[in-house]
Amino acid sequence: MTRKLVEIAKTIRSKNAGVDKITFDVIFRTENEYKLVCDSGALTRETVAKLYGISQNRITDFVAFDPAYAIKFSILRERPSGSPGDPDIFGAQQYAPLMEIEVPSS
Amino acid sequence: MLGSALGLSLSVKAAMKPVTMICPNGHLGFAPLKVDSFHAGVAAKPDYIAADSGSDDVGPVPLATDTSASPKNWQKHDLEEMLLAARKLGVPMIIGSAGDTGSNSRVDIFVDMIREIAERHGLAPFKLGYFYSEVDKETVRAKILGGDQIEGLDGRDPLNEAELDETDQIVAMAGVHPFLRLLEGGAEVIIGGRSSDSAIFASAAIHNGYPEDKAFMLGKLLECASFCAEPYGGKETVMGTISPDGIDVTAMHPDQRCTVASVAGHAMYERSNPFHEYVAGGLLDMTNCNYNQLDEKTTRVTGPKFVHAKQMRVKLEGAGKIGERFVGIAGIRDPHTISHVDQVIEWARAEVRRRFGEDGYELYYSVYGRDGIMGAMEPLRDTPAHELCIVVQGVAPSVEVAEELTLTATRQLFYARLPDVKGTAGGVSFPFDEVMRSSPACRWTINHTMAVTDGLELFPTHIVDIGV
Repeated sequence: MTRKLVEIAKTIRSKNAGVDKITFDVIFRTENEYKLVCDSGALTRETVAKLYGISQNRITDFVAFDPAYAIKFSILRERPSGSPGDPDIFGAQQYAPLMEIEVPSS
Repeated sequence: MLGSALGLSLSVKAAMKPVTMICPNGHLGFAPLKVDSFHAGVAAKPDYIAADSGSDDVGPVPLATDTSASPKNWQKHDLEEMLLAARKLGVPMIIGSAGDTGSNSRVDIFVDMIREIAERHGLAPFKLGYFYSEVDKETVRAKILGGDQIEGLDGRDPLNEAELDETDQIVAMAGVHPFLRLLEGGAEVIIGGRSSDSAIFASAAIHNGYPEDKAFMLGKLLECASFCAEPYGGKETVMGTISPDGIDVTAMHPDQRCTVASVAGHAMYERSNPFHEYVAGGLLDMTNCNYNQLDEKTTRVTGPKFVHAKQMRVKLEGAGKIGERFVGIAGIRDPHTISHVDQVIEWARAEVRRRFGEDGYELYYSVYGRDGIMGAMEPLRDTPAHELCIVVQGVAPSVEVAEELTLTATRQLFYARLPDVKGTAGGVSFPFDEVMRSSPACRWTINHTMAVTDGLELFPTHIVDIGV
C-alpha cells in the first residue's frame, strides 16, 4: 500500500533561500507521519534528484528537522533568481512534483 | 573567581526586565500591513516597533537600476502607521533594508517620508538616525587587488574584476552594529540601509543588555511578522518578548496563534539549513532550541546559541543590468503544433539568427502548459496540456534592437513551416500583435562575503533632529 505525499503532509512548499538556491519544506502534523516518511526512503536525496532530473550535487542540504516535523532540502538554481529566462523569481512553485511521491504506508 | 562571576551574572539576570517588540510586516512596502492586528499590538504597549523592508526575493532589477519593487504609497502607509504609534507610545521605531534594496537612495526616500509624515501630523521633535549600506565598486576592487579574497556564497567562485565590472550597484548586509550605534546615540526612529532581518530586532534586545544568543533568536522569529503564526495569513502583527526565561512570540490577530509547529516551521523558512542563520560577525545556532506552547497564542523558545566568527565578514549583494528587454506572448491550440512546439520555436530562433546573427543578444522561450514554470526540472514535460502559452523574452543592448529582436522571435512563431500541419493560415494565436517593453534584464552578479575590520566599517551612521 502506498499513499501520496500530498495526502500525508500538512505543508509542501518551495521558496528562495538567497539568490542562488531554492529550498523545499515538507512539514507534517504528527510525529508518526513525519517518521513514516523519514523512514520510508521515498523522500531522499536520491529520489529528489531522480524526480527533478538533476544531479545529486545540486542538492546542497537535505535535513530532517525534528522540532517542526519537517524534511527540508535545497537545490542550487540553474541561474540566479530573476535572471532573464528564470520563470520563478521567488522559487515558489517548484514543489508541485513532490506531491505525487508515493510513500509506502503499511 | 568563578563564584563572583556567577554572582554577577545572577544579579544581572535578576535585574533584566522583559523587553517587548512588535513587527507588523515582514517586507514593509511589498504589501500594506493589516491595521487591526497592528493596533492590537500597539495597545499592548511594546518597547519597540520594528520591521524589515528589504528582500532579495524581488530579483536583481531594483538593485541594478536603483528602483523599488514596492509602490511609494504602500511604503508610506506602513511608515505612517508605525511612526504615529511609536511617537504616541514614546518608544523607538526601527526599519531595516529601506525600500527593498537598502541602497542609499532608498534610505534617503524613507528619511524624507518620515520627515514629511512628522510635519503633516505636527509631531513633537524627535531624533532620527539612519545609516547607509552601499559599497563603492572601487572599495571592492581594492580588496581584490590587495589579495583580500571576496569569497563566494552558495558555490560561487571568488569575485573577480570582470564580474565586478558587470555590476551596477553593491550593498553590504549590516549586522547589529550600526543599529546599536544609533540607539546608543539616542535615535528614536531608525532607517537602516541593507541589513540582516534578524539584526533589526536583535539590536534592540542587545541594547537592553540581552546576550546575542537570545537577541538573534528573537530577531529570527519576528522578522517575517505573522509568517511564524498559523493559520497562514501575512502582514499581521506579532509580538516578541525577550526575558531571562526565553523568547516568547505571540500572534496579535484574533484568529492566529503562534504554535510550536508554526514557530519551529518558521525558524527554517527561506534558509537552506534550518539550524544555522549567518549574520555579520557570527551565526545563530538553533540546533538545540526547545519550543514550548506557553498559552494559546504564545510559544516560548529556549536554547539558541550565537557563535562568533573568527573573522568579521559581511555579505555583499550586487546586481548589474544586462540590457533592454521586451516580452511577446503567443498561444497554441492545434495538437499537432503542440507536439512539435520545439520545432516551431527553432524556426523562430533561426529567423532571429538570420537577422541578428549568433550573439550580442539573449532570447528565452517559456512554454506554459508544458514546462514554463520548472523548465528542465519538470517531470511532466512530455505530456503537455491541450493549449500552450509561449512567453518570449528578448534582451539586447538598445531599446530599438530589443524590440525588433523580440518582435521577430514572437511573430516568426506564426510563420513556422511545420510539415503535415493542417492549419496553414497561421501557426499560433496572438492576444495582441505587439511586444511589450518590460523592466531591463538584470542579473545578481555578487553573492559574496568581504572581510572588514569591524561591523561599522561599511555603514556610516547619521543622526538628525526632526521637527526642530
